[in-house]
Amino acid sequence: MQNHPDTQLEWEFRLAPAPAAPAADAPTSTETMVDLRGVTKSFGSVTAVDNVDLTIRKGEFLTLLGPSGCGKTTLLRLLAGFEIPTSGQILLEGRDVSGVPPYRRDVNQVFQSYAIFPHLSVADNIAFGLKMRHVPANERRERVEEALALVSLAGLGKRRPHELSGGQRQRVALARALVCRPKVLLLDEPLSALDAKLRHAMQLELKQLQRQLGITFVFVTHDQEEALIMSDRIAVIHRGRIDQLGTATDIYHAPASAFTADFIGEANLLDGDIVSSNGVTAHIRLDEGVEVAVRASALRSGSTRALMSIRPEKIYITRTKPAKDNCFKGVIENEIFRGAMDELRIRVAHNLQLMAVVANESAHEHAWHKGDTVYCAIHSDDIVVVEQK
Amino acid sequence: MARVNALFGGWTVLVLLFFYAPIGFLVAYSFNDSRLNIVWEGFTLKWYGMLWRDSRLLAALENSLLVAMAATLLSVVIGTAGAWLLHRYRYRGVRTISTLAFIPMVVPEIIMGISLLVFFKTVEVGLGYGTVIIAHTTFCFPFVMAAVQARLAGLDPSLEEAALDLGATPLEAFWHVIVPYLMPAIVSGGLMAFALSMDELIVTYFTSSSASETLPLRIYGMAKVGLNPMINALSTIFIVATIVLLLASEWVKRVRR
Repeated sequence: MQNHPDTQLEWEFRLAPAPAAPAADAPTSTETMVDLRGVTKSFGSVTAVDNVDLTIRKGEFLTLLGPSGCGKTTLLRLLAGFEIPTSGQILLEGRDVSGVPPYRRDVNQVFQSYAIFPHLSVADNIAFGLKMRHVPANERRERVEEALALVSLAGLGKRRPHELSGGQRQRVALARALVCRPKVLLLDEPLSALDAKLRHAMQLELKQLQRQLGITFVFVTHDQEEALIMSDRIAVIHRGRIDQLGTATDIYHAPASAFTADFIGEANLLDGDIVSSNGVTAHIRLDEGVEVAVRASALRSGSTRALMSIRPEKIYITRTKPAKDNCFKGVIENEIFRGAMDELRIRVAHNLQLMAVVANESAHEHAWHKGDTVYCAIHSDDIVVVEQK
Repeated sequence: MARVNALFGGWTVLVLLFFYAPIGFLVAYSFNDSRLNIVWEGFTLKWYGMLWRDSRLLAALENSLLVAMAATLLSVVIGTAGAWLLHRYRYRGVRTISTLAFIPMVVPEIIMGISLLVFFKTVEVGLGYGTVIIAHTTFCFPFVMAAVQARLAGLDPSLEEAALDLGATPLEAFWHVIVPYLMPAIVSGGLMAFALSMDELIVTYFTSSSASETLPLRIYGMAKVGLNPMINALSTIFIVATIVLLLASEWVKRVRR
């Protein structure tokens, strides 16, 4: 693979004036683009996708997020037409496409390996889909030029694929799919082969491109940070099922299961018995013996046990006892340097250790050190009840 | 260390001599101005000149080229299609079929020849160009298939899927994406098949008629009457052509994008 030192600079320059911020104001309509109804896909005795219902809206950036082997790639392949559902229906703009082969679907994919045709030039790669659809030559040329410009590869049409850097190949794959003007663009972990800096630049650029074109994107990744940055909505996939579907903020702040809480970001997961409630605040005795206060509205009446999640950045560390609902005295057992942040492991009870993340101040004299006695304060709103029974 | 190197060097020279000295003599004597192979009487090209005036020999050469081209074409089609189907589609008995396809490579030629002769007689097909071409294809196509299979092993499965995704039917995907990808293997396997067909004697002996006599058969016939320097000259041309084909095959194999 060749290195093109200029590409990175060019992106930063292009992106500087309008940094894309992932926000809820994305131009997502409520019209349905894809509708999955009870879709199941089994390979022999293994069920890769298990009775999934999912509605994908027109123009949204939807991410299928999950660990490897969770079924997210199979789900994407079902959308592309490479797999036919064992049962259930896939509707594309209301039309049942469950058994329609990939070459008759208005859906295009960017492959993880990019799958650039090695024997064709960049321009011929991009023109491939148009040629297969018998678009006249002059229109083809125009659209290829347009697509090249769209992904900032103008002028590189005559290059051979092996002369391109990894990032440029990725752009060719993107242009090749977009030039067909698909109803839905499927992206299978397209950024996983790029280095961290390039990946982040590409994340923002992809998001911006998606908004600019208004095409529905279905993006598969196992990288939760990537999903949070780019998506309008995220579907967390676990064991072939959708564990939770919602916006990035929903999923981060109000995880609906222990799996999601643990998989997205980091979480302290705590189990306990509900001991009392006065209608505003409820008290839960953790299995480790410590009592915490949560908002009573988070609990259903009749629940006796709760599983809670506390994000490490929601734990405030102080040296003097603060006046807050939940305050635990503990000793820093471990301090892990993470660059911008410092990760602290604090023992607050005999068998209870909390993880907290604080801004890194290790160069200052008031930095936290292993062995320090500290107080951990947690606002009751920041203790999220994820499961209860 | 230097002594060990010298020892190995000497051994290598001996082995190479063992392999190539006879060929070297044959080539040298094709330029010998004497009817006898044993005495060197000076340089000449007259044996080469005589080759061009031997009409029966030229007819045999023409036959050989015709047979080799036809057998190569058939081998390329059957070998490539076979390798692709075995690679791409999973059905029962894939491994058995794979192994069966390579049997003609290892079955002794004399047995191949006799069995084909018996087969052609049984189904009452007259011997001629057709039978020779079929016979050559049976042992040539596995070489194309092996070359193509080796290249398929490194194929990114997304390549075909990308073509389908972009609107190509499975046939179009094969033609526009897979075949170009396989081209180096197809050409190298085809050159190999061509060289094998040009050289083949035993199977041809059993499956040809006098009208479809190939060059190796003709040489064999001439040698039976008595060795003469014309055969040396002809063999030299043959050796050079074969080496060129094999080198071309290797070169094509090495050209990777």
